[in-house]
Amino acid sequence: MRKNLDVISAYSIMLALIILVGFLQSWSMALSILCLCLISAVMTMGANIQWGYAGLINFGIMGYTALGGLAAVLVSVPPVQEAWQVGGFNMILCAFLIALMVFSIRFIIKRYNKSNKRNYGIAAIIIVGLILLRLISAPAIESIEAVNPATAGFLGGMGFPILFSWIVGAFFAGALAYIIGKIALGLRADYLAIATLLISEIVIAVIKHEDWLARGVKNVIGLKRPVPYEVDLQTKEWFINLVEKFNQGALNLITDTLERQELLKQLVIESSTVFVKLCFAGLFTVVVIILLIITQKALYSPWGRMMRAIRDNEEAANAMGKNVVKQHLLIFVLGSAIVGIAGAMMVTYDGLFTPGSYRPMRYTFLIWVMVIVGGSGNNFGAILGGFAVWFLWIEAAPIALFLINFFTSGLEETNAFRVHLINSIPYFRFLMMGVGLLLIMRYRPRGILPEKIKHI
Amino acid sequence: MDFINAIVLLLNYLFVPALSYGSQLALGAIFVSLIYGILRFAYFTAGDLMSFGTMFTILFTWYFQSFGINLGFLPTALLAIPFGIIVTVLYVLVKDKLVFSYYRTKKSPPVMLAMVSIGTMFVTQAIVRIIIGPSDRRFFDGEKFILKANEFKEMTGLNEGLTIKSTQVITLLVTIIVVSILFWFLNKTKTGKSMRAYSDNEDLALLSGIDPKKVVMITWVIAAILATIGGALYGLDKSFKPFTYFNNMLPIFAAAIVGGIGNPFGAFLGGYVIAFSEILITYAYKKFFVYLLPESLEPNSLLQLLSTDYKFAVSFSILVIVLLFRPSGIFKGKIL
Repeated sequence: MRKNLDVISAYSIMLALIILVGFLQSWSMALSILCLCLISAVMTMGANIQWGYAGLINFGIMGYTALGGLAAVLVSVPPVQEAWQVGGFNMILCAFLIALMVFSIRFIIKRYNKSNKRNYGIAAIIIVGLILLRLISAPAIESIEAVNPATAGFLGGMGFPILFSWIVGAFFAGALAYIIGKIALGLRADYLAIATLLISEIVIAVIKHEDWLARGVKNVIGLKRPVPYEVDLQTKEWFINLVEKFNQGALNLITDTLERQELLKQLVIESSTVFVKLCFAGLFTVVVIILLIITQKALYSPWGRMMRAIRDNEEAANAMGKNVVKQHLLIFVLGSAIVGIAGAMMVTYDGLFTPGSYRPMRYTFLIWVMVIVGGSGNNFGAILGGFAVWFLWIEAAPIALFLINFFTSGLEETNAFRVHLINSIPYFRFLMMGVGLLLIMRYRPRGILPEKIKHI
Repeated sequence: MDFINAIVLLLNYLFVPALSYGSQLALGAIFVSLIYGILRFAYFTAGDLMSFGTMFTILFTWYFQSFGINLGFLPTALLAIPFGIIVTVLYVLVKDKLVFSYYRTKKSPPVMLAMVSIGTMFVTQAIVRIIIGPSDRRFFDGEKFILKANEFKEMTGLNEGLTIKSTQVITLLVTIIVVSILFWFLNKTKTGKSMRAYSDNEDLALLSGIDPKKVVMITWVIAAILATIGGALYGLDKSFKPFTYFNNMLPIFAAAIVGGIGNPFGAFLGGYVIAFSEILITYAYKKFFVYLLPESLEPNSLLQLLSTDYKFAVSFSILVIVLLFRPSGIFKGKIL
């Protein structure tokens, strides 16, 4: 108990802050902060596995998040039959062609020794393949995008429940990480950071501009939810009864039946949003707890010890017969897959997929701030970082407003300087993040909850 | 005649824009490369430092304009750039004193410094957005074109026009001047040589009595100068928007790595490699071939290798290919 005092106190403070938001602002707000905190926690766990366990820098978090989101679309949206009819065959052909290219290149690499001839052969296969792909896909894409462009214009998905996408998203992100890892993991730390950052931009560019896949910047809206809708809840008998029961005290004060009905109606509407967010929060908590158990187990297993050894001294670990390259690839894939889950969760929660909103500040660097602030190498720290930083990110605006009003209280309401500051409140969150990160790195470089290594 | 038309077409839409864009990237890439070579970390604040310098250039431009000062047919911003540079130099020196020097004396690993530069990136971005806001701004004044398409057509009697914007010429001239001064400084002066020595082998340089503080300070000053000039030129040519500048960090890094990170001359060429490949691959060549080929062979598609949406993706793919086959860059890196 005493050993974990810092963890417990840090988490209770965090929880108290969220509850405080519930009392001061609204419960709906507090719950949406909680939900996004939980999603951020999943992302930080993914980044923490890579950075904290193995010392790999992955600045491509945005790309995996977007792939997770793409998975949510491809799994849950019902297939657009018409689009499949006009262009499905060609697209499947393209997929086969890509597979053929990959296997033939693999075959050549396995079969022949390194030489100029081999390189030319591979280049020829790639060029011919790309031209063929272009010829086959161009007319298909055009006709797919012409199908009902206002609402569809893409192939659609599988029409399965969206919860499946959490797993599919993990597979998507893991597959991408496997490819990137194969290419880039041999690079030095800072090169790897830049390479992954750039690759994630490519992923976003593809998702944004390949409209046949997921409508690109035209966005996919109205994804199915795994939890009930507010409108349905408001008409359900049991829900109204539940609300009535909870608010017995307030309702009993009013004697007029009409007024009472009115109040009840309003309460039902309010509590329906809270209920939906509670359901989401419950689902997300389950994911976080499962992942936490798995990652904790992994951290203190022989495998976790090996990862730490590789992180702290790669050469020594290599000399002890550990396959550093293979383990790096494995952990790169695992961490990215977890980020993919978070991406799918996020799209599930929002109910829409907007590729234009994926920006590196929000989805890569902010996650890194979370990991560093929380404490890399410590899962509880990483999760706490996700909570604390996201909380600050959302509450930065009210805090900044309060501070500005406090410090400029001597100035008039219409003072140009004061008005300018108040207008630029949204940007104070960047300032807070930056200063926070710098302070933590300077005075507590191992994070709020530093890594603890159990010695047996 | 058709042949000349085709050449002019390429010059107009491909060569001239790529040259000016490449110069802007090159200036950024050189300072990223310098910081990497001497301070030994990936400087993620690059794009935002450029927007910081540009912001002060814009503020000074407005200040001068409010007094009615201008440079006639040249943009007023040219007058404001030195003042922008002074503020940016002060800013990076203060930042170094407050933030980076601590990690340098502690000999932290480069990754740590890169993380710290992410912290300063957030702060710089916030400062820029709080002071000038996130919106798109144009601050160009003076004569817009040196050569207009119509004038060119009349002059030569060709079908295709050639437009040369004054900003493109200014960009090119300023880049040539700045880069030649920089390389003269690095190769001929004592301070420049000591910087190269420091980059090559820190311990040996310290042994031979080179003052590391001076080297570091001069590196930051050069970085601030290049960032402000590069950023202001980009802003003059296109427009100033903090988010675009942040995004420009990516092609700048690509240019620096393609050229061999830590090698300023490589970075300079890398900027052009990235700019030209971006524009070459996303240009639609239909009109070009219409001029060149006989009518029977005229193409009916756009003949575009990739749509312009993938402009960034092109440079990153080049980067990935370079990293795979020549991790030290086209021109061997780590030698200043």
